[in-house]
Amino acid sequence: MQRYFLSRLVQSVLILLGVLTLVFFMVRVSGDPASLMMPKEASQESIEAFREKMGFNRPLPVQYLDFISHAIWGDFGNSLHFKTPALSLVLQRLPATVQLAGAGLLLAILVAIPLGLIGGSTPGSLWDSAGRLLGLLGQSIPNFWLALVLIFLFAVRLRLLPSFGRDELKSLILPAFVMGLPVMGSLVRLTRSAVLEIRGEDYIRTAHSKGLDPRRVYYRHILLNAAIPLISVIGVQFGYMLGGSIYIETIFSWPGMGQLIEQAIGWRDYTLIQAIAFFTSLVVVSLNLLTDLAYAWVDPRIRLGS
Amino acid sequence: MSRGNIPASNAKTPLLEVRGLSTQFHTISGVIHAVNNVSFILDEGETMALVGESGCGKSVTMLSLIGLVAEPAGRVVGGEALFYNGISVRDLLKLSKAELRRVRGSDIGMIFQDPLTSLNPIMTIGEQISEAIVAHKGVSMSQARAQTLELLDYVGIPDPHRRIQAYPHQFSGGMRQRVMIAIAISCMPKILIADEPTTALDVTVQAQIVDLVAQLRKELHMAVIWITHDLGVVAGLADRVMVMYGGQTAERAYVDPLYNNPQHPYTIGLLGALPSLTGDESQRLVSIVGTPPDLLEPPAHCLFAFRCPYAFERCWQQVPPLITVGVRHKVSCFYDVGKGAPRDGI
Amino acid sequence: MEHAASKGQSSGLAVDIERTWLGRLGYLWRLLWRDKSGLLGLSLFLLLVITAAFSPLLAPHDPLDQNLSDSKTPPVWDVEGTWKYPLGTDNLGRDQLSRIIYGSRVSLTVGFFGVLIAAGLGLVIGLISGYTGGRTDAVITGIVNLLLALPYLLFVVVIASIFGRSLLNVILIFGITDAPIFARTTRGEVLRIREAGYVESAISIGARRWRIIFDHILPNLIGPLITVMTFEMSAMIFYEAGLSFLGLSVPPSVPSWGNMLSNGRKYLTVAPWISTYPGLAIMISSLGMNLLGDWLRDVLDPRLRRVKK
Repeated sequence: MQRYFLSRLVQSVLILLGVLTLVFFMVRVSGDPASLMMPKEASQESIEAFREKMGFNRPLPVQYLDFISHAIWGDFGNSLHFKTPALSLVLQRLPATVQLAGAGLLLAILVAIPLGLIGGSTPGSLWDSAGRLLGLLGQSIPNFWLALVLIFLFAVRLRLLPSFGRDELKSLILPAFVMGLPVMGSLVRLTRSAVLEIRGEDYIRTAHSKGLDPRRVYYRHILLNAAIPLISVIGVQFGYMLGGSIYIETIFSWPGMGQLIEQAIGWRDYTLIQAIAFFTSLVVVSLNLLTDLAYAWVDPRIRLGS
Repeated sequence: MSRGNIPASNAKTPLLEVRGLSTQFHTISGVIHAVNNVSFILDEGETMALVGESGCGKSVTMLSLIGLVAEPAGRVVGGEALFYNGISVRDLLKLSKAELRRVRGSDIGMIFQDPLTSLNPIMTIGEQISEAIVAHKGVSMSQARAQTLELLDYVGIPDPHRRIQAYPHQFSGGMRQRVMIAIAISCMPKILIADEPTTALDVTVQAQIVDLVAQLRKELHMAVIWITHDLGVVAGLADRVMVMYGGQTAERAYVDPLYNNPQHPYTIGLLGALPSLTGDESQRLVSIVGTPPDLLEPPAHCLFAFRCPYAFERCWQQVPPLITVGVRHKVSCFYDVGKGAPRDGI
Repeated sequence: MEHAASKGQSSGLAVDIERTWLGRLGYLWRLLWRDKSGLLGLSLFLLLVITAAFSPLLAPHDPLDQNLSDSKTPPVWDVEGTWKYPLGTDNLGRDQLSRIIYGSRVSLTVGFFGVLIAAGLGLVIGLISGYTGGRTDAVITGIVNLLLALPYLLFVVVIASIFGRSLLNVILIFGITDAPIFARTTRGEVLRIREAGYVESAISIGARRWRIIFDHILPNLIGPLITVMTFEMSAMIFYEAGLSFLGLSVPPSVPSWGNMLSNGRKYLTVAPWISTYPGLAIMISSLGMNLLGDWLRDVLDPRLRRVKK
C-alpha cells in the first residue's frame, strides 16, 4: 500500500511537470509568443520591446529552465493585464469556483446515487426509467444553453432567483444546478450499471444460495461493492467540473477561476492563462491522487495485497 | 452406504424425488429449452454424479430446484421436486420465495465452480461463513463466530483464529474452495450440491477436495450431488450417476453398472475419452466428434443423433423414451450397442 | 451445422448466436425494434446528416441574408410571428430556421471529421503501444495518461484561443486532443487479445505481423471503437458549440449553433428565441448520438464476450 502511494505520488509529480511543459510550449507553438500576447494593433517596436522584457529572445532551453524553476515555487510572473503576480490572482478566485463545483457535486450525488441504486435494483420500473431519462438528459443537454433557459425562466420571467453575481446564497442555486446536471447524468448511469453488473456476479449467487434475507444481500453485498467504483468516479467528475466551469461562471458572472480565464483570453493575458491552466491541473491531479488512494484504501484487494 | 449395491428395502422415503423438471429461458432469438423433462431420485446419504458437457443443463437443473434461475428470462415450466426433510415432503418448485430461502443454506447447500468469483471480495471469510449461520439459526454474529472457527478447522484451514479475518484473495484456490464448503455445510444441510467444484483447481488440490467431501458426507450423513463434465473425478465418490445431454437425461444408473455396462452412446463416448490407468498405451483416446446441440427450439428427434456413430432412421423420427435396461438403470436410446442392433420392444 | 466459432473469426459477441450474416442482420433489427430508443437515436442521427447534406434545399432563406426591418421577429406561433420566418429572426433580421439548418453543417463536420482523426490517430498509437509493449508502451501510456488527467475543456479553450477561429483548426484541435481516449481503448483491447493467447499461437504458426493485426485484432476493435466514436462525436458537437459560444470557433459570419447562442445572450430578455432554438438543436443532436451510442454499446458489449463455463 505504501509502495502504491509512493508510485502514484511520483506519477502525479511527473504529470505536473508534463503540464508545466505543455503550458510553456502552448504559448510558443504559434511562433512568436510576443505577438500572441500583445494587442493586434501594437507596433513592431513595442512588440520588440516586449519580447526583450519577457526574455523571449533567449535560447529555448534557457527560457524553459527559467520558467520551470520559477513555476515550482508558484511564480508565474505578473499578469499582463493586472500587473500583479498571476498566482495570487488565481488563488483569490479559487474559493468561489470550489464552492460552485462543490455545491454542484453535492446536488448531483444526492439526486443521482439513490436513483441509480433503485434503477439498478429494479430494472424496467418507473424509477429506473426516470433515472435513465435523467442520465440521458444530463449528458445531452448543453449546460451553457440550459443556463440561459433557466435564467430566462427563473430570473427574468418569474423573478425568483438572481441571475448573476455571488452575493447571496440564493445566487448559488441556478449555477450549481447547471454545473451539477451533467455529473448527475453520468452518476445515475454509472451507479445503475455498477449495481446491475454486481447483481450478476457469482458471489451474489452464492449469497442467495445461503438463503440470506434479500435485504442483507442488497445492502451488505451489492451496495457496498458498488460503492467502490463510485469513489473514483466522483473524484474524476469533480475534476471535470473544475475544468468546465468556464461557461457557467461566464454566463452567471460568478467570480471564480473560470470567469477569470475567459476574461484573460479576451485580454490576451497569457501569463495569467498559464497560471490558471497549471493551477487547475494541479487541483485536478491532486484530486485524482486522493481518489485513487481512497479507492486503494477501501478495497481490501489493494490495501492488503496478496 | 456401499457403492452400487442394491439396497435391501426401498421402503424409505427418498430424500429428493424429481419428476419431469423442465426449465426454459426466453431470449430475443427464441426459447431455449435448457432442461427438458429430467427426473431422478436421491436417497438420504447417497452421492449422485451429474455428468455432461458444458451447456447440457446440469447446473440449470440444480439451480431450478432451489429457485436460483435468473428471472424473468428463465422460468421453471414443469415438473415437481419432492423434498423430504425428515418431517414432511414438500414440492420445492411450489414453495414461496420465503420458504425457499429457508431451505437454501439450511436444508440444501451449494458450492460453485470458481471459488474466487463466488466469494465476496470485500468481506472477510469469517463474516461470509457467519452470516449463513446468523440467517438460519437466529444467533448474533459474535455467537456465530465460535461456530465459524470450528468450521474452518473442520474443513482443514490452518490457523483459523488468524485466517477468520482474512479476505478471499489472500487464500489459494484450494483453500477458497474449503471456505465455500464451510459456508455450504455451516447449517448441516441434508443435501450438498457441488457444481464442478474442482474444475478450476489444480490436480493435486482436486484430490484433496474430493477427499474432504467424502469425509464430510460420511461424518455429517449428507447426500451429495456432484456436477461434473469429467467422469474420472467422481468414479471413486458416486453411488449413482446421471448423464445429461442437450438438457435431457441420456442415462441413469448405479455407478458400477454405468462404468462397466454403459448403454447410451454418449456415455460410451465419455468413458472412451477417459484415459485409463490400466488400459494399454496403444488404445487411442476417443473423443466425441461434433459440437454441442442447439437448445433453441429443439427438434423432435434424438438430440445426439448428429454425433452418434450408431444412429439409424428411427433416431431421426422420435425422441427416444427412457427405458429400463437393468436395476434402476435407465437409458434414452433406440439402439442396443452391446447387441449391435436396434432395441426391440420400444 | 457450422459453429461461428469454428470459422476463427468469431468475436464472441451476443449477436453471434445467429450463425449466418442474414441471421445477424435480423438479430440486429429485432434488437433495434425492441429497444425503440436505439431506433430514435438512429433516426435523429440520420436527420442530422440529411439536414447537413441538403441544407440548401431545406433552408427557406439564405442564412447570411440580413433584413434589418424584420429583425427580432418572434417565431410563427407567437402573435407577431409569421410563416415567412418560422423560428423567428435574430437582431440582424436573419432567418433562424435557415441558420439552424446550415449550422448543422458545422456541427456535423467538426463532429465527424474530428472523431475520424481522433480515432485514426488513437488507433495507430494504441496499436503500437499495445503490440510493441516494453519501454515504448510505457512512454506512450505515460503520455496518454498525462493528457487524460488534464482538465480537457480548459486546455481546448486555451489552445483554441491561440490557434482557433477557423473550422479546420477546430477539427484538428479536437482530432488531436481526443485521440488519447481512442488510444487507451485500442491499447486495452490489444492487451486483452494478447492475453487471450491468440497472438502467441498465431506467431507460433508463423503468421506475419500484419496478418495478425488484421485477422485477430482489428475485428475485435470494431465494436468498442464504433461505440466510443459515437459518444465522442456527441461530445464534439457540444464542445464545438461551446467554443463558438466563446467566439473561438468559426468566424462569426458562419452560422453555427454555438455562436447563435452567444449572440442571443444579449437579447435574452427581449428575444429569447434567438438562443433557445439553436440550443435545442444541439440537444437533439447530442441526444440522438447518445441514444445511438447506448444501443451500439449494448449490441457490441465486450463484456458479453466473457465465455462462461
